[in-house]
Amino acid sequence: MGGPGSKEPTPGRSAAPITAVPVRYPERWVAAGIILVLAAMFVHMLFTNPAFNWPFMFDNMFSDPVLRGVWVTLSATVLSMVIGVLLGVILAVMRLSGNPVLVTVSWLYTWFFRGVPRLVLAVLFGNIAILYSTIHIGLPFDNYWMPWLGLEGDARFFEIDARTLLTGYTAGLLALSLSEGAYMAEIIRAGLQSVDKGQTEAAQALGMSRSRIMRRITLPQAMRVVIPPTGNETIAMLKDTALLAYVPVTIELFYQLQAIGTRSYQIFPMLVAACLWYLAITSVLMVGQYFIERRFNRSGRGVRQSIVGGAH
Amino acid sequence: MADQTKDHGVVETAEGTELPADALVVAENVHKSFGRLEVLKGIDLQVKRGEVMCVVGPSGSGKSTFLRCVNHLEKLTAGRLWVNGELMGYRQKRGRLYELRDTEIAAQRSDIGMVFQRFNLFPHLTVLGNIIEAPVQVKKVPRAEATERARELLERVGLPDKADAYPEQLSGGQQQRVAIARALAMEPSLMLFDEPTSALDPELVGEVLDVMRDLARGGMTMVVVTHEMGFAREVGDSLVFMDDGVVVESGTPADVLTNPQHERTQAFLSKVL
Repeated sequence: MGGPGSKEPTPGRSAAPITAVPVRYPERWVAAGIILVLAAMFVHMLFTNPAFNWPFMFDNMFSDPVLRGVWVTLSATVLSMVIGVLLGVILAVMRLSGNPVLVTVSWLYTWFFRGVPRLVLAVLFGNIAILYSTIHIGLPFDNYWMPWLGLEGDARFFEIDARTLLTGYTAGLLALSLSEGAYMAEIIRAGLQSVDKGQTEAAQALGMSRSRIMRRITLPQAMRVVIPPTGNETIAMLKDTALLAYVPVTIELFYQLQAIGTRSYQIFPMLVAACLWYLAITSVLMVGQYFIERRFNRSGRGVRQSIVGGAH
Repeated sequence: MADQTKDHGVVETAEGTELPADALVVAENVHKSFGRLEVLKGIDLQVKRGEVMCVVGPSGSGKSTFLRCVNHLEKLTAGRLWVNGELMGYRQKRGRLYELRDTEIAAQRSDIGMVFQRFNLFPHLTVLGNIIEAPVQVKKVPRAEATERARELLERVGLPDKADAYPEQLSGGQQQRVAIARALAMEPSLMLFDEPTSALDPELVGEVLDVMRDLARGGMTMVVVTHEMGFAREVGDSLVFMDDGVVVESGTPADVLTNPQHERTQAFLSKVL
């Protein structure tokens, strides 16, 4: 420091550090005391209340059907999130496309699937076979225009039995995925809109087409904004897979735990087992989320270099 | 595409308009409105091949908007604009205008480089990634070839050791030089500069102007919207003074700067010089 010709900088004078009596907070001790007593009461209840029946719970919470239920829960979470994110990207791009038809469709979709509770959706999709017992793939409205053109037969190429296609698991997964698509659409839209307009202009000026700008420039930058709420959505989805029990999906974790509880008249221990399982899995997911967020929130991708170094 | 020369000095475009053969940019009565606000009120301009044209004027005079009309980032409200004999953004057939498709406009733009006031480098790509993105993606240049060319360009703008840095690790002046290299990587026949030094700390302006001066010496056709009167005088072949959406005065920089004819020009120059 110190430009040419300047004197040595004046050294700071020394001073004695401040010593003062800190403010006391007696109310903190009172609050801590009360909470300690309440906590002790709670722990005491956990160990003494027979309704918990801990040995029974530990015997059953790792039984084969329950472990299979955990697997179903995990697979349903992953699958519905993957489909939900893909749907969300498509819906968000549609919403921002400027094409009035696509904008309206995307808006209506989001409106419907955000407006109906997931539980209702799950039960609704579980009963969709009432609406369509078989699903035909062919040309639409053939029962009207074929006779009108004087043609015999139908324009259906093949058909699927809806009761085999839309079994409990598929129906429930569909309900969760479609619902998730609506929420992810909003998250991804916010992410896309957070990218500076100058980025698009710079890419346009370089001669990149609109779809290429979306793929190469806008979407990658939107990820930073999209990733943290997507982590939250994944954790929420894991918990919402419990709704599959009402489709019903009989192989699902919550359904299995409840079934054991009902059969053995040990309902409460199995509900506690459900709490512990969901807590355990969400805790693992939260650790994953912490690391992913830390990675995406990092602003400097390396050692930040001296800004002054670049001057001519 | 410019068709064959009819008689000396004139070329006929695809739609049959006759343009001066040595003009790279021809603007004819260009108007631009944003809603009710008319920002450009009839701009007539020609930029010759190899010419460096500096556009100056008070903020809000429409100079940036005009620049953005040249590569069709803004759609004209009225008038015509040709670059390299091509009508920008439209195809004219039997007296009717047809809008070009997104990919056709993109193809037109790939021949025009643009440098922005706020650099607009892609923050998720390295310096090298920024430069090779468009050549690889748009022009389908092999990656190795594009990388080699990018390193040459970095050498040229004085940043040979920054290839692997991310934009945020660079100073403003360095970022702007990368932005220039990125635009040059498409080997454009025209470069547009939209106040390239306005967002820079004063001590970083010189390094960017040096690169631009070098580019002008190499024969690049440039349209530069700027407040740097010294640069305009030294490097510019022509100077255009815009105010309130019209070209008030134009000529050689020396003429306009030392002997402004119009009182609006005089008033502006008395404030900035």
